Amino acid sequence: MAELVGYGFVLGSIITLGAVGLTLIYGIVNFGNFSHGDLMTLGAYLALLLTARIFPALGISDRPLSPLSFGWVMLLSFIPAMAVTGLVALVADRLVYRPLRRLEVKPVFLAISSLAVALVLRSLVYILWGPDYHFLIHGLRPMLRLPLGVKLRPDQVFIIIIAWAMVAGLYLFLQRTKIGKALRAMADNPNLARITGIPTERMTILVWFIGGSMAAAGGILLGIDSQVRPTMGWALLLPLFAAIVLGGIGNPYGALVGGLVLGIVQQASTMWLLPSYKPAVAFLVLILILMFRPQGIFGGT
Amino acid sequence: MEVVRILHSMAGFAVTASIYAIFALGLNVHWGYTGLFNIGIAGFFAIGAYTSALVTSPQPTGVLAHYVKQAFGLNMPFLVGVTAAGLVSGLLAIPIGIPTLRLREDYLAIATIGIAETIRLIFNNERWLANGPQGMIGLAKPLGWLVPPNRYNFIYLAIVLAFLLIIYLALERGIRSPWGRVLRAVREDEVVTSAAGKNVFLFKMQSLVLGAVIMGIGGALYAHAIRAIQPGVFTPLFGTLIIWVMLILGGSGNNKGVILGAFIIWGIWSGTALLIDHIVPVTWSARAPYLRFLLIGLLLIGILLTRPQGLLGEEKQVSRMM
Amino acid sequence: MSLLEVGGVVSGYGEMEILHDVSIQVEKGDIVSLIGPNGAGKSTLMKTIFGLLRAWKGYVRFAGEEITHLQPEQIVRRGLCYVPQVDNIFPSLTVRENMEMGAFIRDDNYQLRMDEIYELFPDLKDRRGTRAGKLSGGMRQMVALGRALMLDPQMMLLDEPSAGLAPLVVELIFERIRAINREGVTFLIVEQNALKVLENSDQGYVLVEGRNRLNGTGRELLEDKQIGELFLGR
Repeated sequence: MAELVGYGFVLGSIITLGAVGLTLIYGIVNFGNFSHGDLMTLGAYLALLLTARIFPALGISDRPLSPLSFGWVMLLSFIPAMAVTGLVALVADRLVYRPLRRLEVKPVFLAISSLAVALVLRSLVYILWGPDYHFLIHGLRPMLRLPLGVKLRPDQVFIIIIAWAMVAGLYLFLQRTKIGKALRAMADNPNLARITGIPTERMTILVWFIGGSMAAAGGILLGIDSQVRPTMGWALLLPLFAAIVLGGIGNPYGALVGGLVLGIVQQASTMWLLPSYKPAVAFLVLILILMFRPQGIFGGT
Repeated sequence: MEVVRILHSMAGFAVTASIYAIFALGLNVHWGYTGLFNIGIAGFFAIGAYTSALVTSPQPTGVLAHYVKQAFGLNMPFLVGVTAAGLVSGLLAIPIGIPTLRLREDYLAIATIGIAETIRLIFNNERWLANGPQGMIGLAKPLGWLVPPNRYNFIYLAIVLAFLLIIYLALERGIRSPWGRVLRAVREDEVVTSAAGKNVFLFKMQSLVLGAVIMGIGGALYAHAIRAIQPGVFTPLFGTLIIWVMLILGGSGNNKGVILGAFIIWGIWSGTALLIDHIVPVTWSARAPYLRFLLIGLLLIGILLTRPQGLLGEEKQVSRMM
Repeated sequence: MSLLEVGGVVSGYGEMEILHDVSIQVEKGDIVSLIGPNGAGKSTLMKTIFGLLRAWKGYVRFAGEEITHLQPEQIVRRGLCYVPQVDNIFPSLTVRENMEMGAFIRDDNYQLRMDEIYELFPDLKDRRGTRAGKLSGGMRQMVALGRALMLDPQMMLLDEPSAGLAPLVVELIFERIRAINREGVTFLIVEQNALKVLENSDQGYVLVEGRNRLNGTGRELLEDKQIGELFLGR
C-alpha cells in the first residue's frame, strides 16, 4: 500500500498542476474549460518536438543528469513548451471565448466551445504526430528505496519536486503580488473588480496564459513518467474536474488538496481494480462529492 | 443495375444519418428543450447498443464459447431488443440525474462525461460481459430474409425511418403539451418556474430519462445497422461531439432543424471522406481521418460564433405558445 | 458649474425602461441624497452614472467632462468612486488586501493614504489581517468605504450604505461620511432610510417611478408634508 500511496503522490502532483490552473480559469471566466486536458497533451508534445527534433538539430544533445533519466536539455524544453501552450490558450480565448462573451451567451455555450477547441487541439496532435505512443525518456530507470516502504524512481521524485515548486511559485504570485491579488479579487467578485478599475479583460488573458502554461508543465511531467500519446490529457479530464470540485471550484488551495486526493485514491484503487479503471474511480469520487458536499471541502468562489 | 447500386449506397448513408438524427432528437429533449448539458451521449448510445445486442443474440455454445464471452444472450426478436435498449438507457439516466440535476449545469456535464467513460471502460475490461475489446459480431438482422444482402439497406432504412417518424411525432406532440411548456419554462428561468409551484427537479429528471430512452433506441438501431459493436466505437467524437454539432447547426429547440443538421453533418463527414481519399497522398492517409475531426471541431466553433441559433433556429410556433 | 450634472437621462435593463427623464445636480463639497420608494430607479440612476448601465438618452457630466458613455474603469480614474449596495467587498481577501485593490490603479506609494483611512476607521486597522467575508455587516460597510477612499476620490456614489445595519452602526457610518465630507469629498447617497440621510444632506432629490418628483435642501425636504407622509411615517 505504501508503494501505491507513494506513486499516488506522484500522480496527484501532476493532477494538482493541471487542477490549479483549471480552477483559476474557472473562477475567472465562469465556465469549465474542457480543453484543459488537451493543453496538457500539447505541452508534452511540444517538449517531445524540442527534445527529439529541434534541439538535436541545433546540435544540442541531452546528457542525463544522474540519477535522472534526462538532463538540462529536458529542463530547458519546459520553458518554450509552457510559453507556447500558454499562448495557445490565450489565443483560443481571443478567437473563440471572448467573441462569445461579447455576445453575452450563457456560460454553457462557452463550455461547448471549449469542447470544440479540445477537439481541434487533439486533431492537430493526431495530424502532426500520428496516433502512436512516443517516449520522452529513453533508457533504464532504476528504483529508489525510500523510507516507509515507498519505492519511487528518481524521475518521479523530480516530478514531485518540480510540480510543487511551480505550485509554490503560483501561490507566492497570488498572495504577494498586486496582479496576483487582483486575480483573486476578480474570482471573488468580478463586478466589484471592474468598479475598482481592475482591467478585467487583461486579467482574463493572464489567467489563460498561466493556466495553459501550468497545464503544459503537467503534461510534460506526465510524459516523463509514462508516455506521450494523443489522448493523455483527455484521459485526465475526469480526475481534473473531480479534483477541482472536491476542493471547491475557483479555490486554488482546494485544488491543491483535491489533486493529491485524486492521485492517491486513484492509485490505491489499483489494489482492487484494473489500472485502466482509474478514471472511473475519479468519477466515483466526483459523484460522492456532488451528493454530500457539492460546494467542495473548502468551498469555492 | 448501376442505379440501384448507387441508390443502395445512398440508403446506407441515409440509415446512419437517420440514426444520428434520432440521437440528435434525444439531445434536443435534453438541451434544446430543458437546457440540460449532456456531453456523455456516448454512454447512452453504448448502453442501448449493448443491451439490444445481448438481448437479441444467442448465448454462444460449444467451440464458439471459447472465443466469444457474453454475460447472457436471450435471442429475442429485434423489437424486444430495441425496447429493452430504450428502457435500460432510461433507467441509467436516473442515478446520473439524482446527484446532479439540483446543481449547476456544468456538474451534469462532467457527470455525463464520467458515465460515458465508465461504461466504455466496463465493457472494455469486463470480458465476461460482452466480449471485451473484441466486442460482439453477427448481430440480428431484422427482416433480413426478405431481400438479398445487397438490397438490405432499403429494408433497414424503412425500419429506421419508421422509428424516426414515430419519435419525431411524439416529441412534437409532447412539446406542445402543458408538460412541454413547463420544460421550456424551466430552461428559461428555473427560479421563476419553481416559484410558480412546479417541481423543477422532477421535470428535469423526466426530460433526462426521456432523452436517454431515445438515445438508447438510437444505440440499438446503430448496433443492428452495423451488426458488430465494440467499445472503441463509442468515442467522445462519434458518440457525443458530432451529435452536438448536428444539434447546434440545425438549431437547438427545433426538431426539424436537428434532423436537418444530422443529415448535413453526416453528409459533410461522408463527403469529406471521399474527397480526402482522393486528395491526400497515400503516405498521409493514416492521418486523413484526423483532418476531418479538425474540420468538425472548426465547424462547431464557426457555427457558435456566427449563427449559434443554427440554420432553422428555435421553433417560433412553440415560443409563441409560451 | 456643478461637480456632477445629470440631464434628461433615460435608461433601464434589457428592454425595460426604468428611468424616464431624470436630472440632478451635485455641487462640489455637498452631501446630496436620493430618496424614493422601492423601484423608483435610484440604484438604476447610480449605475447609469457610473457606466454600469448604458444611458439611452441624456447626459452625465463630471467636473465639466462628458462621461455619459464611458466604462466604469475609465470613470473611476477621473475621481468618481462607486460603492454598490450588495457584494461590495472581496470576501476571500483580507481587509488590507481589499484596500490594496482599491488602490490598484494608483501607481504611487499608497501606504500614506491607507494610514489616513485607518485613522478614519480604527476598527479596520485592528482587523486588517482578517478575511473580509468573516466580518460583521457594519465592518464590511467600512471596508467597502475604505476601499473606495483609497483612490482619494473627488466624489463618492453610495448605494444604501445603511442597509441591514443596526441603528448605532448607521449613526457611526453617517458620522464617518460627514468626517470624510469635511475633508472635501462630495457625496451622492441613495437611501431607503430617508430620515437619516436627509438629516445629513445639504440637498436632496426625490425620485418616484423613474422621474424627478421633488428637490430641495435637506431641511426643506425634512419639513415637507408630502415627504413626511410618504417616507417619514408622519
